[in-house]
Amino acid sequence: MEVLKIATAGSVDDGKSTLIGRLLYDTKSLTIDKLEAIEKRSKKNGYDYLDFSLATDGLVAEREQGITIDVAHIYFSTATKSYIIADTPGHVEYTRNMVTGASTSQAAIILIDARKGVIEQTNRHFFINNLLRVKEVVVAINKMDLVDFSEERYSEIKSDFEELMAKRDYEDQKITFIPVSALKGDNVVNKSQNTPWYKGETLLEHLEGLDLAAVSNVGTPRFPVQYVIRPKTDEHHDFRGFAGKVYGGELSVGDEVVALPSQTRSKIKEIFFYDKKYETAARRSSVTITLEDEINLSRGDMLVKAGDLPTIEKQFTATISWMDSEKLTTGKKYVVQHGINKVLAKVDNIHHKINPDYSGIEKNVDGLGMNDIAQVTFKLNKPIFYDKFKNHRTNGSFILIDTQSNNTVGAGFVQ
Amino acid sequence: MKPETSLLKNTAHINALENEAIYIFREVAAQFEKPVLLFSGGKDSITLVRLAQKAFWPAKIPFPLMHIDTGHNFPETIEFRDRLVEELGLELIVRNVQDSIDQGKVKEESGRYSSRNSLQTTTLLDAIEEFKFDACIGGARRDEEKARAKERIFSVRDDFGQWDERNQRPELFDMLNGQIELGQNVRVFPISNWTELDVWSYIEKEQIEIPSIYFAHKRKVFLRDGLIWSHSEYVFQEEDEEVLERMVRFRTVGDMSCTAAVFSEATDIESVVQEIRDSTISERGARIDDKRSEAAMEKRKQQGYF
Repeated sequence: MEVLKIATAGSVDDGKSTLIGRLLYDTKSLTIDKLEAIEKRSKKNGYDYLDFSLATDGLVAEREQGITIDVAHIYFSTATKSYIIADTPGHVEYTRNMVTGASTSQAAIILIDARKGVIEQTNRHFFINNLLRVKEVVVAINKMDLVDFSEERYSEIKSDFEELMAKRDYEDQKITFIPVSALKGDNVVNKSQNTPWYKGETLLEHLEGLDLAAVSNVGTPRFPVQYVIRPKTDEHHDFRGFAGKVYGGELSVGDEVVALPSQTRSKIKEIFFYDKKYETAARRSSVTITLEDEINLSRGDMLVKAGDLPTIEKQFTATISWMDSEKLTTGKKYVVQHGINKVLAKVDNIHHKINPDYSGIEKNVDGLGMNDIAQVTFKLNKPIFYDKFKNHRTNGSFILIDTQSNNTVGAGFVQ
Repeated sequence: MKPETSLLKNTAHINALENEAIYIFREVAAQFEKPVLLFSGGKDSITLVRLAQKAFWPAKIPFPLMHIDTGHNFPETIEFRDRLVEELGLELIVRNVQDSIDQGKVKEESGRYSSRNSLQTTTLLDAIEEFKFDACIGGARRDEEKARAKERIFSVRDDFGQWDERNQRPELFDMLNGQIELGQNVRVFPISNWTELDVWSYIEKEQIEIPSIYFAHKRKVFLRDGLIWSHSEYVFQEEDEEVLERMVRFRTVGDMSCTAAVFSEATDIESVVQEIRDSTISERGARIDDKRSEAAMEKRKQQGYF
């Protein structure tokens, strides 16, 4: 059994939290005490139904205002899969929140209010999922109960969305439409009697059937050195292990590797996970590697397979999503954190802003504000070892850190 | 035979969580000057210790453990704590809530629901300042409580230790930004993405030893508000509240005055895992401190609780 990470996207009041609450309720993942708390609060708020959004809106201000302010992580499991859902807010700061939620997810659920249909924000939600190369997208057409479960309305929204699909630049994405009522529970976990015209799967059935290998974006092996382990004890006096996580592919004992940036060659001697030796380290395993030769490697360096080098450059162009109220302007310096490696970067050129609603680009911009998406070239004080985001989701992404506030102010995808 | 199938089913998922936690531990060791592992002797912090061992083997865990001792702990937990530290050759720092009370920094609560749990915050913040810790690793999980579900893996606290829940750093991909100013500290939660069942499955898989109070045993208890309270000198008890002897165990271990027991016959790890799997009550359903109000945890966190 593996874990599937999902991000939700939708505008305020489209029912994201309610949908997640419904998933929890119908899969019997809500414990009695949590359910009682929901009942009590729903009554207190004067509702004549159970408000499942209360299961996920964890902050006082959220419950008071009935909106989601910050991302919550929700966990539940079935006999086949474990699920982690990032419940992201739909209001003002949607772009940055969506990018945050989608950055760790293999699947996304875009909610559409059946009464409103495809709106400007739907374009943005879809755009972000394209930008982040999320392979599996479910379009949940919600609140079907408020349009009398009309097939006609469903088809209309579906065809509007298909127009949007024609505009995307990332084709390798599977899109599934499901008519649901999160509030009433139609087609979320249980098949609805109200939509006899819908022959497809319920939301949960669909998620259960997803093949994790197919929805993950893997790439070739990259091993950034996270931490050098030198015990210097009697027992392990000469031990010098390079601890890190394998990104992409896998690494095996005997593999010929190149250490970056020195480009020194060596071979993998041993792979440890705790005190056990392994022949092969699979993707995403946090192992410790020793090499045949004594070569100098420290945190931020990278091991890759000989003959499969990433780009080694002191500059790159990337699509970035700006997340701070302070503007990004040409000439400003930031820390680029690429995986675990940190370098100083200068904004060399803001080429253009990209309207995240598919309405084109804006040239001659002098700065970026909160939630802007743009094409930017950075110059770096040291080379980094990167792949294009489309080829390697991990080694092609980075975050930007403000040198003054230390805040994470942007996310980027190398072109 | 049930536990074996349960474990097999969980293996890939547990491995993924384990690898993620190890990665987080290494980030802490690499990005911070003075990290510390907050250790209560409960199952979550014991799991953290095992994960930290794995992260740095064959080297030792490169930071000390710290226990903020309320003085009202289950004696079994303290015994276990001291044995673990000795066996693994770890450094343990203990700071006592009693000292904060004696210094007049906090006031002991009184009455029916009195507890020392929330008093821990002051002792913790003082200790962070005393040792200049810049990263405090804790065993909190997002599935425990709704305010915890909102917290980042690297959660920045200001120089008063406070959590600003409305102004958290975005956390993207698996890149952890540990840059802070002097005086600030980061609370780190390597098992954020684990559920209670994940922790138990891991303890079972790894055969990790845990304090005996997690297994069913006969204990003197009394019933109040639908919860099972320990009969102890540390727990306020009305005269008409009858002392009973029952088979119970604990799902969570904190201060005696805020940790309720559950009726149980589960005397080994396999049956505990099965019991958790079948349970219809959440883990924190037996935490008396969470029952104070709907926002009890959020409020404690704003004040600097871990």
